[in-house]
Amino acid sequence: MDFNDTPEQAQFRNTCREWLEKNAEPKSKKKREGFADIDFLDVAKEWQKKKYDAGWAMLHWPKEYGGIAASPIERIIWSEEESKFNVPRGIFEIGLGMCGPVMMEYATEEQKERYLPAMAEGKEIWCQLFSEPSAGSDVAGLRSKAVQDGDNWIINGQKVWTSGAHFCDFGILVVRHDPNLEKHKGMTFFFVDMKSPGIEVKPIKQITGGSSFNEVYFTDVVIPDSQRLGAIGDGWKVAITTLMNERLAVGDANGADVKEAFNWAKSQDDCGESLIKNRATRESIADWYCEANGLKNTKLRTMSALSKGETPGPEASITKIVSANKLQDIGNFGIDSLDMAGMLKTEDNEVQSFQNAWLGAPGLRIAGGTDEILKNIISERVLGLPQDKRSDKGMPFKDIPSGN
Amino acid sequence: MNLDFSDDQKFLQSEARKFLEKEGAINRSRKVLEDKQNTDIELWNKIVELGWTGIRIPEAYGGLGLGHLELCVLAEELGRFLAPVPFSSSVYLFTEAIIKYADEDVKKEILPKLISGDIVGTLAVTEDLFAPTNSNINTFTDNKKITGKKIAVPDAEIATHSIVVSKSTSGTCLSLVDHSSDTVVINHQDTIDESRGHFVVDYNNSPAVIIGDESHGWDSYENLLNQAAVLFSFEQIGGSQASLDMATNYAKERYAFGRQIGSFQAIKHKLADMYVAITLAKSNSYYAAWALSTESSDLPIASATARVSSTKAYQLCSKENIQTHGGNGFTWEYDCHLYYKRSKLLSVNIGSLPNWKEKLVSSLEKSNTY
Repeated sequence: MDFNDTPEQAQFRNTCREWLEKNAEPKSKKKREGFADIDFLDVAKEWQKKKYDAGWAMLHWPKEYGGIAASPIERIIWSEEESKFNVPRGIFEIGLGMCGPVMMEYATEEQKERYLPAMAEGKEIWCQLFSEPSAGSDVAGLRSKAVQDGDNWIINGQKVWTSGAHFCDFGILVVRHDPNLEKHKGMTFFFVDMKSPGIEVKPIKQITGGSSFNEVYFTDVVIPDSQRLGAIGDGWKVAITTLMNERLAVGDANGADVKEAFNWAKSQDDCGESLIKNRATRESIADWYCEANGLKNTKLRTMSALSKGETPGPEASITKIVSANKLQDIGNFGIDSLDMAGMLKTEDNEVQSFQNAWLGAPGLRIAGGTDEILKNIISERVLGLPQDKRSDKGMPFKDIPSGN
Repeated sequence: MNLDFSDDQKFLQSEARKFLEKEGAINRSRKVLEDKQNTDIELWNKIVELGWTGIRIPEAYGGLGLGHLELCVLAEELGRFLAPVPFSSSVYLFTEAIIKYADEDVKKEILPKLISGDIVGTLAVTEDLFAPTNSNINTFTDNKKITGKKIAVPDAEIATHSIVVSKSTSGTCLSLVDHSSDTVVINHQDTIDESRGHFVVDYNNSPAVIIGDESHGWDSYENLLNQAAVLFSFEQIGGSQASLDMATNYAKERYAFGRQIGSFQAIKHKLADMYVAITLAKSNSYYAAWALSTESSDLPIASATARVSSTKAYQLCSKENIQTHGGNGFTWEYDCHLYYKRSKLLSVNIGSLPNWKEKLVSSLEKSNTY
């Protein structure tokens, strides 16, 4: 057991670091990091372009689409090094993490050459249009319609929870082309120009007060058949490829962690004593420390497997369940520690981080697969337990009860 | 980056698993429990023959001179099969104490006999119905004689020697005591898990040799626990995984309301929670194994993290294994209770969960981790 890079990995890490040092600012320990909302998109696009020109944008992609054909471990090394610098992240993750792989697998060569480099470069941003008001965890229950009309398809319906739809250029879309077929058989997959006539984007106001998700309405939107990905009726199969990539892309919850809770407890008063002396606080900190390090060490085990050229085990599937719940608990702890004053909005960064954690964590427990869906996946794929009984099995989609 | 065991270590583990399976270790554990045999001497002798008691003992004393990582993989299998043997007492605690703290003469005398099985050791610390601390130890060692009473000492009957945490004229010390003296009186104590015997040991002016520093014995004891906690964690992971495997198999075989109970989300989510707990425990234990094998200064934090995660995992997995089995799980006939009881034995044996959480946070306060 060791935590060292192989000589090749160390050299690669060095190359990453040298380039980053020349092109970005290291994260500062004192200063609050981040970028103003207003120019975040421009800053993010500029950084993505810089990375693209140097080959770092999608380093695991083949050279013809702008990558350097890097191995999985090299991709992790790059990401570790990049995270030490104050650079904009998050805007491109859905496009590059989910839409990119689907285009890579199902688009024509001509389309790949047209769209993938522009996606990697950050010139065009992509979003994912799967969930609907009546199709969340049961995403295969979606009802937006596609009707074939010569060489085109006419799309009508509504999508929801679409991150970044208001600034995206393209989206991947799964819709129902035949409601007379069984639920999983009547779907077809497309990519769509988000500027097409008939697409209307409305932001959703979240419990945090912010709006990072949207509703997207489709009214007689025309998509050429050439933008179909996979065969007619293969929509579910293509969507599953995307969702598997989502589960790799959606990982650790960002925000207040055990370190913040520990340092806060040391400085906070608890009935005239330091809060860190409180037995209940100490038990909670021990639990969070074990969870946080359990995830960190799980990641190291995954990297070890990749480093040896092996396929990692299913361990990483626990990440989001553990980290989103921990985030919620830590936010709760921070607010409670202020007693009645925990309600108050403040300029204090630490208090803000607890309040943001508490307000944001409910969303993280749902986005990218709810806790419950992820537990179904663990029990079925890892433990081999049977699927739950479905009431809609074998039924034509149009006959499935929907409650409305 | 390599947070994994080597191929040789994995081979050792699979051989250990085959051996314990062939020996029917789980049934042996049930027999020890039912007949109050305290330990399975036949299985213990076979383990000695395989050389497992000499794994960590340097070659100069006839041992294999291997590292702690080899012990970790064996511990996981001993835990999986509930082996009713004094391995943790004699190997993780007693042998390590001799290797770490005894002088050369004592090492020459004791270590070869630990390999041959002529000596079996245990650690005696608790004196009353609360956790031992540096200030509540009353057993006293003076002028090479020890007097006092220790309770809940695991495996003391098969043990030929004990290391006793005791007071000396200059502080706290570790005393080595030979049980063959008739001044040492050992009596069985009834417990809630008879698969490993526990005993009250009376030392009546018994011959004793102080091991290591005469005044800082409590620190030595704490260091021993930090090491042993890593190995206990692997036993706990083995037991947790066996409990999850048992529950998973039952959930596939058992039908209710016309279908496998493993198709109900109430059961699936319970088992997924067990998997999550085991994964956290395992990853933390791998890191602690690294810290132990490299004598990292991070060991106190790493071992407490592994210990807390593994104790939580085993407690969860063993109780929910019973729950998944319904009424059958509550019967003596099914093996569920063997894991449930062993999980408690292992979780209090070197200090309970709340005490290890406290150790973890104290270590964090002392370190500059954050």
